[in-house]
Amino acid sequence: MWLQEGKPYVLKVVREAEQRLIRDGSRNKEYLSITGIPAFNKLSAKLILGEDSPAIHEKRVCTAQCLSGTGSLRVGAEFLAKHYPQKVIYIPTPTWGNHPKVFTLGGLQVKSYRYYDPKTRGLDYEGLLDDLRAAPSDAVVLLHACAHNPTGVDPTREQWEGIRQIIRSKNMLPFFDSAYQGFASGSLDEDAHAVRLFAADGGECLIAQSYAKNMGLYGERVGALSIVCASESVATRVDSQLKLVIRPMYSNPPIHGAAIVATVLGDRGLYQEWTVELKAMADRIIRMRHLLYEALRARGTPGNWEHIIKQIGMFTFTGLTKEQVNFMTKEYHVYMTSDGRISMAGLSSRTVPHLANAIHAAVTKRV
Amino acid sequence: MAVATDASRFHAVPMAPPDPILGVSEAFRADTSDLKLNLGVGAYRTEDLQPYVLNVVKKAEKLMLEKGENKEYLPIEGLAAFNKATAELLLGADNPVIKEGRIATVQGLSGTGSLRLAAAFIQRYLPGVKVLISSPTWGNHKNILNDAGVPWSEYRYFDPKTVGLDFDGMLADMKDAPNGSIILLHGCAHNPTGIDPTTEQWDIIADVIQEKEHIAFFDVAYQGFASGSLDEDANSVRRFAARGMELFVAQSYSKNLGLYAERIGATNVITTSPELALRIKSQLKRLARPMYSNPPVHGARIVANVVGDPALFDEWRAEMQLMAGRIKQVRQKLYDELVAKDKSGKDWSFILKQIGMFSFTGLSQSQSENMTNKWHVYMTKDGRISLAGLSSAKCGYLADAIIDSYYNVQ
Repeated sequence: MWLQEGKPYVLKVVREAEQRLIRDGSRNKEYLSITGIPAFNKLSAKLILGEDSPAIHEKRVCTAQCLSGTGSLRVGAEFLAKHYPQKVIYIPTPTWGNHPKVFTLGGLQVKSYRYYDPKTRGLDYEGLLDDLRAAPSDAVVLLHACAHNPTGVDPTREQWEGIRQIIRSKNMLPFFDSAYQGFASGSLDEDAHAVRLFAADGGECLIAQSYAKNMGLYGERVGALSIVCASESVATRVDSQLKLVIRPMYSNPPIHGAAIVATVLGDRGLYQEWTVELKAMADRIIRMRHLLYEALRARGTPGNWEHIIKQIGMFTFTGLTKEQVNFMTKEYHVYMTSDGRISMAGLSSRTVPHLANAIHAAVTKRV
Repeated sequence: MAVATDASRFHAVPMAPPDPILGVSEAFRADTSDLKLNLGVGAYRTEDLQPYVLNVVKKAEKLMLEKGENKEYLPIEGLAAFNKATAELLLGADNPVIKEGRIATVQGLSGTGSLRLAAAFIQRYLPGVKVLISSPTWGNHKNILNDAGVPWSEYRYFDPKTVGLDFDGMLADMKDAPNGSIILLHGCAHNPTGIDPTTEQWDIIADVIQEKEHIAFFDVAYQGFASGSLDEDANSVRRFAARGMELFVAQSYSKNLGLYAERIGATNVITTSPELALRIKSQLKRLARPMYSNPPVHGARIVANVVGDPALFDEWRAEMQLMAGRIKQVRQKLYDELVAKDKSGKDWSFILKQIGMFSFTGLSQSQSENMTNKWHVYMTKDGRISLAGLSSAKCGYLADAIIDSYYNVQ
């Protein structure tokens, strides 16, 4: 049983968009501009910030097509290292394994703030606030927009507001990593709540978007970096400087995936179909969560397993120890990362009972 | 809690100038004149001055669509079938380097991305070592090295007096550099000058590099496009590899397969043992992961499909000869027009001697600006024109523009 990463499948709307593109004889493979497909950029900004975003209407947002989430984060980091006075970024503990290196190689100093509380298997909210309070003013703060990776623990709306207040009062710069919009709750708007909360207060922020998961475009490397600025004039200048970061890195971005996204987002019918497919994908994962939770309760597995249904998104931080994980791999052929994280996307109703048995055994054998 | 709108953290960020090469196309697009001609970026155009998607590429994409390929992440090093194909294209499938496993190949984001990955490797594992680049060279080389944190200096290359290679200057500068430097060489069709060393000169360059224990770093962006033959254009790299030299090679499929926007290329490191090649590959991956995680699949699949099918591969060779052939034709036509119109007896034959997409006209910056401002001919300020963007029909007009700019502007 492979629970390290779910097997991706190709969405119907993606296949359809791709067919249209490849059959379109008027298209060619000329270099995109350095910041990519303009329609893709506009649609991506609208997707995350909302149709009626004042920042977009006031032309305060510059967007560059980048290589999925990683590429967007890296370009953002290099831009900040060149132009932002406080070259330190605070990242949550734990966070996606690649974050520290992306920022370090991008030229920023990396520090941490408390995030996951292993005792509650939830958010260490007070620890988070304390660490941000103690951080220097102006520091950059990395925030997972939704479906925190790897824990699946997200702040509540009230907690997001508390985080926003600290960040704004200390003049810190939020940098959102949005890799699961629509995939977490099933609702694109719901999953954009935190980003929009921050954008609504008129302040600045960076947003890295990925279409790897929510459009299943993993290998095509599609994403966008948006920088919400205080004014249109700043946004124009920032945009010109993003080009100077991108040109010596890869000159201009790959066309195929972004053209697919632009086709889907720009067509009312395809967009609708996408939201339906997305909700189905998210609902399936939520169903797996409930199935696993019920299965553990049915076996009387000791411990509180509510976090399985409270956590959000692709991953669950089970709280299992390294030894328990090893045991499960050896005895039950369950493959997962040693930090106890499982990918819910890798589960099916057929395989949940086996996983529940494995967890039950690991916990009761006092491994 | 609103925030004051003039309190931008980026208020001091200056407006960046447009890219000297890519910015030319932007300016061209904005020009409304019927006479306009885009000789800026090196993107191939047909005689009708239309962008060209190769037939083999269209066939490959249809095949891929029919197969219903998935969109899973590639491994960090890219598509295995592509990596195998690209190394074999570069060196020849029977090359001992490949048979002995002495090459590390990682799929990269076309030429730029592959150069940048190699530069990042150099910065980390050869710290302080300088890369010598030709004067002039592709404008983005400096930016790539700067952003990668790699020091660089220039070696003499272009001789404006002969409009040819300053071979003595080149050798002298390579000899002057500290031992163990890195020499960035254009595999063929030097950009922007179009001036390539002869085979004899390549051998002497290799001698000097070996004496000085330098490492050769080849930028191969035009394999197949310069002469029309994939093997001929790889001659320089293969001769160096045959000497057992360690090499960096960045490849691009932007021009020769017309895959510009798909961003497909490769970083190759040729070394002394398969074990070392494995270690180097592992470190290239460690540098790629925090840059973009893994490379885009689409372009890689196209290349693998074209190279992997003998019929498509042959068709590709034919299309490439067509493209290279058209460029040679316009070179000749432009030369003929210049000779016919310029009564001063100036020697324009350098145009015929230059190789590849570009011609270094010898026009100064102000003369190049005249080309644009008066004649609506878009080119880079260093006097480089892309013949790929020129049609036979426009050669007369271009000749007029060049003659006017050369003689009437200081």
